[in-house]
Amino acid sequence: MYATRPEARPATVEVLVDGVAVLVPAGASAAAAVLLAGSAAIRETAVSGAPRLPYCMMGVCFDCLAEVDGAANVQACMVPVAPGMRIARQLGARDALMPEAGR
Amino acid sequence: MSFDLAIIGAGPAGMAAAVEARALGLAVLVVDEQPAPGGQVFRAVEAAHGDAVLGTEYSAGLGLVESFRRSGATYRPGTTLWHLDPDSGEMSLTPGGPAVARRVLLATGAQERPVPIPGWTLPGVMGMGAAQIMLKTAGAVPSGRVVLAGQGPLLWLLAAQLQRAEAPPSLILETTPKGRLAAAFRAGGWFSGRGLLLKGLGLLRETRGLPVQRAVTGLRAEGEGRVQRVAWDGGSAECDTLLLHEGVVPATHIPLALGLDHAWDAAQQCWRPVVDALGASSHARVAVAGDGAGIGGWQAAVASGQLAALDAAHRLGRLTLDGLAQRAAPLRRMRAEALALRPFLDALYAPVAAPVADQVLVCRCEEVTAGQVRAAARLGAQGPNQAKTFLRSGMGACQGRMCGATVARIIAETRGVAPETVAPLRPRAPYKPLTVGQLAGL
Repeated sequence: MYATRPEARPATVEVLVDGVAVLVPAGASAAAAVLLAGSAAIRETAVSGAPRLPYCMMGVCFDCLAEVDGAANVQACMVPVAPGMRIARQLGARDALMPEAGR
Repeated sequence: MSFDLAIIGAGPAGMAAAVEARALGLAVLVVDEQPAPGGQVFRAVEAAHGDAVLGTEYSAGLGLVESFRRSGATYRPGTTLWHLDPDSGEMSLTPGGPAVARRVLLATGAQERPVPIPGWTLPGVMGMGAAQIMLKTAGAVPSGRVVLAGQGPLLWLLAAQLQRAEAPPSLILETTPKGRLAAAFRAGGWFSGRGLLLKGLGLLRETRGLPVQRAVTGLRAEGEGRVQRVAWDGGSAECDTLLLHEGVVPATHIPLALGLDHAWDAAQQCWRPVVDALGASSHARVAVAGDGAGIGGWQAAVASGQLAALDAAHRLGRLTLDGLAQRAAPLRRMRAEALALRPFLDALYAPVAAPVADQVLVCRCEEVTAGQVRAAARLGAQGPNQAKTFLRSGMGACQGRMCGATVARIIAETRGVAPETVAPLRPRAPYKPLTVGQLAGL
């Protein structure tokens, strides 16, 4: 859980974290927005489904992989927020693509 | 696009190299993954220099960033180098098109040393560097009970910064074993490095009101679904955020992928690329400067970046040998001064090879435990490259950045051999995962 310090950096950019609007400072990353939103997880692992939140925030650990504006597997800590950005939790391993099933 | 010098990384070394190389008339490209120059130490300094909690040393980075912005170097922020052919100087970059350079300077900095303790994958456990990036990029602080666990200069800097931001840690668990201070004074460097030492003492004085447990062993993070408690041998405490730190190590991912010669740094228990006094590596086109060539801090990085730029200019016929010698001498002195405290710091904060219990996940991506690595070693895995094929450790999204060193250490311990005899994980291009779309767009 993280809190902004409006006296230092006012939260002026509205993004959607798992569909919920959150105001974050300009210059924050999508991963920071997830931490500021108080989300329980940014992804669930592909192997065991364990919840994860960002660990390194500098592009090393890949624990912040999330869906950003519809693109999966984005290192959320490397993407600065933009107004209206949609950040969604990435859940486990992706299902196999099966066109006959309409997916 | 064709350049004389391509610099990978816009931290202190990369920025200083760009400024120096431009002043010598070189056509310079700077590629950096971050949206703004500064590296991690001066991350977001253009936006955050007015935030007093970060301290005066941080805001001092603004001058370097401004010089870099004015230097005339072609700057590609938010850009990842995913392949470099060192023989031809061709670079594959995303987003955007490729580039080619006559000389390439890797200034990719450092990463935090992974701290594989039980529960370190729980949400709410992070690196101290990560918390500092939250402060620099978003002005944000962890809320609730925050415990700092580990050792190193960053621990005390972050403790002071959080305290200034009125979000002081509820507890500091320092892992430095007893007797280290005496060893550090014996190692030397404290007198010639007294400027830096005094800064450190200032941080200790500033944070002296915070509760500290010293010589902590047996750290573990506990909780259901997120960290709720930190425990250690002889104690435990509730916490909402646990921040770990055991120092930083060179980011060797690209140098190792290029097959540059590396040497084992016994003091800091890590690999570092072999470079000469001007940063030249074992490959004729490639240099390495800054923390990526060995941890020395930002001031040493600035000097080494400038030295590498001089060397590039000399190699490209833009600076005579005499000119090189003349300009390099004061920079080498500056670097030596900046590194003066290293023997003291290396002895004080020598990495603690805490035993990693069998159930601990060492590969966070593929969720491979220390016990599995030990079993693979007993079955004949000689090092992390073999463990990768046995277990997938190092095959996940981080490509071994987080597990490579730990896997190598556990295998060395299991085989009963010295760590420097175990070859490090050999990364491959792409240096970061790519989408099929990115590849198809070439």
